[in-house]
Amino acid sequence: MHDILIEKNILSKNKTIAVENRKMLREKGAFSINMVGSPGSGKTAIIEKTIESLKDTVTLAVIEGDIQTSLDTQRISKYSIPVRQITTGKACHLDAHMIYHTLPWLFEQGNTQILIIENVGNMVCPAEYDLGEDMMIVVMSVTEGDEKPLKYPAIFHTSDVLLINKVDLLGYTDFHTERAMKNALKINPDLKIFTISCKTGEGIMDWCNFLMDKKKQSHPDMQHRNCF
Amino acid sequence: MHEMSIIMSMMEIVKYHMMENRVTHLKKLKIRVGKLTAVEPQSLMFCFEVYTHGTSMEGAFLEIEDVPLLSKCKNCKDEFYREEFFSHCPVCNSDFIENISGHELDVVSMEAE
Repeated sequence: MHDILIEKNILSKNKTIAVENRKMLREKGAFSINMVGSPGSGKTAIIEKTIESLKDTVTLAVIEGDIQTSLDTQRISKYSIPVRQITTGKACHLDAHMIYHTLPWLFEQGNTQILIIENVGNMVCPAEYDLGEDMMIVVMSVTEGDEKPLKYPAIFHTSDVLLINKVDLLGYTDFHTERAMKNALKINPDLKIFTISCKTGEGIMDWCNFLMDKKKQSHPDMQHRNCF
Repeated sequence: MHEMSIIMSMMEIVKYHMMENRVTHLKKLKIRVGKLTAVEPQSLMFCFEVYTHGTSMEGAFLEIEDVPLLSKCKNCKDEFYREEFFSHCPVCNSDFIENISGHELDVVSMEAE
């Protein structure tokens, strides 16, 4: 019988590839975001609104992660920007390896200034997998309830930004925006929070301006313009 | 259910170390899981049993060390264990907290022959 010491992080391989992805994306001048959240929280709709707002200002590309179908890719295709589907099969999250294999495609599309990665709809698993992004955005919607951050703390703890979507439905639910924000900040006091509605456009401008500012800070040579 | 992919990554590491150490039968594996990870120990146990079936790791005992969430207040320097994710100091109520432990997800050691 042998006692063997190993001492290795289980996700170290994912981390190593994520670091490489981040390095390659930065070298190419692409600012990347990883959008996570429940199925139906409105991640794809937010991406559509972000593209509509920013496509005349910056070059964008989208990577769509889903377990099955390319329906989201079809939705994004109408904006005539590069979009690529990753169908994970059984996996409930994207990992750094999947993104690594998609980067050669991305770099063939010419200069991309902002890369949006839409993760598989899931509030748990994507929290553990660094993809190499610059910012993680968690999306929750009014219809999901304001206690969501307390129920799924890990994803709120890992994220940099919280988008509270579907605020046009506030009057039809018991959702309290302030309570939701307070719950999210309890988990992660550094979270930057925006309340938005893809239906009415409320808050979209603030979110897009923030995204542009972050992009500009990461690449100071880029000229910033208000996105509207 | 990302415990499946975590078990597969874990088995890859174990397999490498079994080959390196020229052992063929895993008896016991010790891992460390922090409270801040989105990983459920019971699911890990289940997935480990299913995925090791028919391999050199079949029947091995999986020992999971739960690592508590230890935090330190940047304001009053108090160190405290937390059951919840809530980020404020129980002593001075400051929000400036850093986590000392709770992020662990490691293969620690194994017994094999």
